[in-house]
Amino acid sequence: MEWIQQLVNGISLGSIYALIALGYTMVYGIIKLINFAHGDVFMLGAFIGFYAIARWEMNVFLALIIAMILCAVIGVIIERVAYKRLRNATRIAALITAIGVSLLIEYTVIFFRGPSPEAYPAVFATKNIEIFGAQISTLAIFILSVSIFLMILLQFIVHKTKIGKAMRAVSHDADAARLMGINVDNTISATFAIGSALAGAAGVIFGIYYTRIDPLMGIMPGIKAFIAAVLGGIGIIPGAMVGGLLLGVVETVVSALGYSLWRDAAAFVILILILILRPAGIFGKNTREKV
Amino acid sequence: MKKSKIFWGYAVLALVIYAVVQLLISNGSIQFYYQNMFIAMCINIILAVSLHVIIGVTGQFSIGHAGFLAVGAYISAICTMKFDMPFITAILIGALVAALAGLLVGIPSLRLKGDYLAIATLGFAEIIRIVFVNTDYVGGAAGLQVAHQSTWTYAFFATFITILVISNFTNSRHGRACISIREDEIAADAMGINTTYYKVVAFAIGSFFAGVAGAIYAHNYYIIQPTAFGFLKSFDILIFVVLGGLGSLSGSVIAAVLLTFVSTYLQDFPETRMIIYSLILILVMLYRPTGLLGSKEITAYFKIGKKGGTRV
Repeated sequence: MEWIQQLVNGISLGSIYALIALGYTMVYGIIKLINFAHGDVFMLGAFIGFYAIARWEMNVFLALIIAMILCAVIGVIIERVAYKRLRNATRIAALITAIGVSLLIEYTVIFFRGPSPEAYPAVFATKNIEIFGAQISTLAIFILSVSIFLMILLQFIVHKTKIGKAMRAVSHDADAARLMGINVDNTISATFAIGSALAGAAGVIFGIYYTRIDPLMGIMPGIKAFIAAVLGGIGIIPGAMVGGLLLGVVETVVSALGYSLWRDAAAFVILILILILRPAGIFGKNTREKV
Repeated sequence: MKKSKIFWGYAVLALVIYAVVQLLISNGSIQFYYQNMFIAMCINIILAVSLHVIIGVTGQFSIGHAGFLAVGAYISAICTMKFDMPFITAILIGALVAALAGLLVGIPSLRLKGDYLAIATLGFAEIIRIVFVNTDYVGGAAGLQVAHQSTWTYAFFATFITILVISNFTNSRHGRACISIREDEIAADAMGINTTYYKVVAFAIGSFFAGVAGAIYAHNYYIIQPTAFGFLKSFDILIFVVLGGLGSLSGSVIAAVLLTFVSTYLQDFPETRMIIYSLILILVMLYRPTGLLGSKEITAYFKIGKKGGTRV
């Protein structure tokens, strides 16, 4: 029954990756930019949540919502200040700018509050519930339910609302969408806002689950979420969810087998294998090379 | 005739720089601190120029250069510390093994382009680092103690040879083939250039010299640890190339020299240093996406009166 427990742990970790990966995949789908700063928005979300809970003594859900709103604002600011001018620049220039923004956020946070880690306050009295003979903590259930709720909400926004329709149209063909009267700039900002809000939520959840946050914590989950997005097929929203969950489970299995130091390597090996064997990802379609 | 004159001109200039610094070191007017800075500068120049071959000349976006640096550093350190080899042999073996690693990375990465290639190289570099963390033979996460053997002479001549080889390579038939891949890969393919071969060659040459830099790095800092070769190091090297201008050898050398000065003086304020670095990176990309020199060489600016295209 230990395996069910590991599976639940893996899915909890995977749902955090999936929430971050959603932001990556949406942004990539719409402007073809790997937003390296996304992992740092996740970190900012964790810190906002920490200050909300520990300093301003808020309820967890209120903290989650505040972190999401502030992260959405931060995401839009990043997009407007740094990425908007680069719409027509080369891909390399955009990627380097994203790396620059990422470093800037990390070291500005370190500059103002120091590199020391912070311990998240315990917000739940964690109990273990026995399901099918496996001990499953209420924390894991909380994480799962919050992430599933957010993913359903995202599906609703993308498929049932006007802004979602605009987002799908812009990612399909930005010029045609502009001709149809869609405000492309606002749509891209909305995409950044939604993606960053999800990353902020992931940050708070990560803090509650792992109880330790620091200014450089965004780097690894950020890159792994990107791997998850590539795994599922970048630009495809259900792909990011599946990729995230799969990556979380694989990492937990590798750790459970006693190779916890090789955990990060496993993620990169998956990345390289998927890039070589099926670059379009699990859900992607192959596109032909054109001149 | 004229080309060889220019070459000897630069060679004499280089020897003069070497002799002046060596003289100042041997009569003690340069403190150890600054001597170290000069060696660090040479290491950074080698790294910048070696990444320039991959990104600037061939246009393959690699952000995992620290991985090759790590291979060179560890292999050469093993050679000198565990097998008592002379330093020169260790540099060569470290560089060759790094070139081999470059081949290994280059071949599977060939199917990838742009962003995907960048992420894959980042992944390879991280895997290399994690392998060193988990290898007890080289001390694991605690690191490996290395004797101090790098001197200004070694560092300078390694830099000199690197620049010489790479500028000759760039101006040769092979270099032009690499440039054509950068400009338009499909067109280059259609013109009969073996793009696969040249991409692998560029990776191998770039990682060879990164290995040289790694060997000198390892024998300069007494201890090497896997944490020093994370992707922040890769980004550091990337900044040299991008700031100097993608495709400009002299640009990456100048950027490496300037940024080594900046980071030496900001050594006690690492956060400020990173904030300045990242701001430079963002501002350069927003307002001058080609970097300081673009794809021109610095010499192109002294020939304003003359007609004719600039050599890349």
